Amino acid sequence: MSGLEDLYREIILDHYRSPRNRGELAVPPAHRTDGFNPLCGDEIVVYLELDDPAKGDDATITDLRIGGQGCSISQSSASMMSAAVKGHTVGDARHLTRAFKSMMSIHEGELGGDGSEAEADGGTVEPGELPLGDLDALKGVVKFPVRIKCATLGWNTLLQGFDDAGG
Amino acid sequence: MEVTGPGQDGPGHDLDVEAIRKDFPILATQMNGKRLTYLDTAATSQKPRAVLEAMDHYYETSNANVHRAAYSLAEQATNALEGARAKVARFIGATSPDQVVFTKNATESLNLVARAWGGKFLSAGDVVVLSQLEHHANIVPWHQLAAEQGVELRWIPVGPDGRLDLSGLDALLDGAKMLAVTAMSNVTGTITPVTELAERAHAAGALVAVDACQYAPHLSLDVQTFGADFVAFSSHKMLGPTGIGVLWGRPEVLDATPPFLGGGGMILDVTMDGFTPAAVPQKFEAGTPAVAEAVGLGAAVDYLDALGMDQVRAHEVALNRYAIEMLTDRFGDALTIHGPQEPEARGGVLSFALADIHPHDMSQVLNEHGVGVRPGHHCAKPLMRVLGVGATTRASWYVYNDTDDIDVLGDALADALDFFGL
Ligand SMILES: Cc1ncc(COP(=O)(O)O)c(C=O)c1O
Repeated sequence: MSGLEDLYREIILDHYRSPRNRGELAVPPAHRTDGFNPLCGDEIVVYLELDDPAKGDDATITDLRIGGQGCSISQSSASMMSAAVKGHTVGDARHLTRAFKSMMSIHEGELGGDGSEAEADGGTVEPGELPLGDLDALKGVVKFPVRIKCATLGWNTLLQGFDDAGG
Repeated sequence: MEVTGPGQDGPGHDLDVEAIRKDFPILATQMNGKRLTYLDTAATSQKPRAVLEAMDHYYETSNANVHRAAYSLAEQATNALEGARAKVARFIGATSPDQVVFTKNATESLNLVARAWGGKFLSAGDVVVLSQLEHHANIVPWHQLAAEQGVELRWIPVGPDGRLDLSGLDALLDGAKMLAVTAMSNVTGTITPVTELAERAHAAGALVAVDACQYAPHLSLDVQTFGADFVAFSSHKMLGPTGIGVLWGRPEVLDATPPFLGGGGMILDVTMDGFTPAAVPQKFEAGTPAVAEAVGLGAAVDYLDALGMDQVRAHEVALNRYAIEMLTDRFGDALTIHGPQEPEARGGVLSFALADIHPHDMSQVLNEHGVGVRPGHHCAKPLMRVLGVGATTRASWYVYNDTDDIDVLGDALADALDFFGL
């Protein structure tokens, strides 16, 4: 099952079995944002605590917790995301999100997708201050177009959380 | 009476699945290099050649717009549409084809009931009773009515055995104007006691709408036995094409229900001041109908009739028994089967959980084995909440499945356990 091994790298299964930053934070001071994949019912809850939301992109993510339930791809992606952005600024996290979503994009023609997850300019976004690191293991998801929404669910919820928190 | 038909060598005999499979061209195809093991009929069924050919034949020999034309071809098209209506009427025990309204699908049929009937007969404070087993198609239209007209929704609970808990039914029905309930759950396979429910609802003064979307393809449906006022189902789950569904209605109830969509075909007269609707069923069929699809549905009904719905049901109960016993035997406590555990209490639908493997991941592994099952909430999120899960993996079978398919499923599940190291 070579195809499956591309999708389910060991590191993904590791994050699925032992998710990082799993749990809740008291609201307030934290902000809670719920993300849904309406197709399959997966749910990600992001609890976000910023040092000072008024600082916008310069605010620091002082704490982050992930709740909800879903498949190995949505849960491991959210787990890796939490480990990657915690302690960093909102701006860096936004940039990493763009880099991750660009990795997840289906380029037109290649897989017949509509490229809806792609950056508007269609180009690849290089990771900035934060490296993709473990997240690189999720690259294989692109070959399974129906699973892309699983992989990006946590990230879209995080972006929504930044907007809600005013960060 | 000697009945012979596709895949059957006489009444009372088991279905000849090997012969039936030959009637379904798609079952000879492969998926991911493996024999296609199609276990997703609850989402949509495959189509026999007879259905495909009937539709082609219609387009090749009889296509014209129906009604309102004097030339012979248009008359043929009209006859094809009305012939299909008569076949469907016979299939469900309707006393006249006029009780059969063609819609786009069961969803539209149920929306017609909620919006057209409910729009006229329900107002603020009126009660509609649903069950927790319902598909979103029989929930959301009522929610819309609740939001717009202040209708109150009440819910028949589902017990831990996956059956409806009727212990509080009298109180739920007290003052209700409508009971809208499924005849068979698309998640747990639970078959509900429609006849009893209809009797009790009528005694309480409520009308009854039945979502027979899963029931009609798999069990002999007799609208007289149901005793309901509306019955809805879709063609595509019963060997017919997509794009056409049915709403059966009791004649006096259909007469009293205002039109749903307006346009051509549904009027008797139109002036600058208003319109007079046509008689039932045309009143509910605005615009050019799906004629080829109706013809396909007619052919599907013929195919099922030739097999015999009692044989179809017996076959599926046998597959239920085989699947429940084999999978339980093989996976023991790691396996949870949602819904009634008795093969006779359910349709050919098996929602399950295996170890902690998420349904999405499960179906991905099964896909590699050529097995098509469905992960997710199956458009029944209230039921998912009752079951305490976000999603299930659902396998479902039909006339073209046999125990080999269920064995392939078992092997693929074992491989998934192995793959995820559980
Ligand atoms: C029980 C039930 N009701 C209603 C529907 C809706 O059918 P359709 O999508 O054909 O309108 C379905 C199909 O998924 C179903 O299983």
